[in-house]
Amino acid sequence: MATDPIHQFQISKLIPIEIGGLDFSFTNSSAFMLATVLGAGAFLFLTTSSRGLVPGRLQSISEMAYEFIASMLRDAAGSQGMRFFPLVFSLFMFVLVANLFGMVPYFFTVTSHIIVTFALAILVIGTVLVYGFWKHGLKFLNLFVPEGVPAALVPLVVLIEVVSFLSRPVSLSVRLFANMLAGHITLKVFAGFVTSLSAFGAVGVAGAVLPLAMTVALTGLEFLVAFLQAYVFAVLTCMYLNDALHPSH
Amino acid sequence: MIAAALMCQATPKGKAMFVAPAYAQTPATDAETHTETGVADHGAGEPAFPPFETESYPSQLLWLAITFGLFYLFLKKVALPRIGSILEVRRDRIAQDLDQAARMKEEADEAVAAYEQELADARKKAGAIAQEARDNAKAEAEAERREVERSLDAKLGEAEARITEIKSAALKDVGTIAEETAGTIVQELIGGTVDKKSLTAAVKAVGQ
Repeated sequence: MATDPIHQFQISKLIPIEIGGLDFSFTNSSAFMLATVLGAGAFLFLTTSSRGLVPGRLQSISEMAYEFIASMLRDAAGSQGMRFFPLVFSLFMFVLVANLFGMVPYFFTVTSHIIVTFALAILVIGTVLVYGFWKHGLKFLNLFVPEGVPAALVPLVVLIEVVSFLSRPVSLSVRLFANMLAGHITLKVFAGFVTSLSAFGAVGVAGAVLPLAMTVALTGLEFLVAFLQAYVFAVLTCMYLNDALHPSH
Repeated sequence: MIAAALMCQATPKGKAMFVAPAYAQTPATDAETHTETGVADHGAGEPAFPPFETESYPSQLLWLAITFGLFYLFLKKVALPRIGSILEVRRDRIAQDLDQAARMKEEADEAVAAYEQELADARKKAGAIAQEARDNAKAEAEAERREVERSLDAKLGEAEARITEIKSAALKDVGTIAEETAGTIVQELIGGTVDKKSLTAAVKAVGQ
């Protein structure tokens, strides 16, 4: 069981809760969501508690994260987009910290479950739709009709635009989910090779050096992916929010 | 219980390893009493892969909503305004310091200008004083020179007057001596006396 690469994604109930026939148990996933939120929140809160005019190392990290997301959002959606700053920052921090927590051995990776990433993606697209229609009314539908397209092509272009819009939550969620899932499985498989090869005596141990090196390299790669996916998620969120703010192409 | 039923179905396919130990420990008797749920679950999709086990979705969604919602509120109300204000204060402080530096530089420039002005004034003043001193000294020297010249002139005049006096006295004496000498010579030569008048006239005529 320990070498099964899928086992790490298993949900196990810690406190069974059942409401209306649905299972709302507090699971290991819930525990790590809580840990992610508490960890990220406590970090941001405690590192800035001294409000240093000259920041220390940890305060610099919080400030860098703040300015990183703020400039990303401002570049993508203009200064009007800053009203979504708490949302984008929360998403980025949640995904980043959840991904990084997932890198700790024996920890559960919250973002390796499609339902979590899909819910976050729906939150983004839902925000875009609600804000877009609330702010621009039916003009928001201009989003699907690019300017300067010949009349004959409009139906086709609109169809393509609608499909691409609808595929956004899917691509947004599947990208993150698949990256985390595939990365962790790969890591586990290579680490599994090390243990199973070393069971074959001296030759096996010698042969296990290769997958061990691979595991080390992959661990580094996975840390990169953990950050990169959080970044990609935040960047795409900014771009989608830009559509809600400025629907005309 | 559902999973237990699943396990019953999964085991023959060799997928038992995908079932969590917690589920695996569920008494097998449960599976018999809940065959209906097992069938219903089978209809919901392939459950062997944890991320696609739909029965865990309500729990994940609920806990995600709770945790992420609280996280969002906490960041929006507490953490982000705080970081924002820290950055704002720093920006203000830097701008203020730059202003102050610019003001101080201006003041320094003013001080330098005032110093140079003062220096130029002092130099000018020093020049004036030196010039005045030089002029005074020159005037004094000139006055002294004139004084000396005047006294020299006076002395010269005096001396000339005395010389003239002496000369005229001498000349007068010369006439008298010449007359006496001429009288004596004539007396000696021709004997007798020569009247004084003719002697004087003769000496005068020779003297001229």
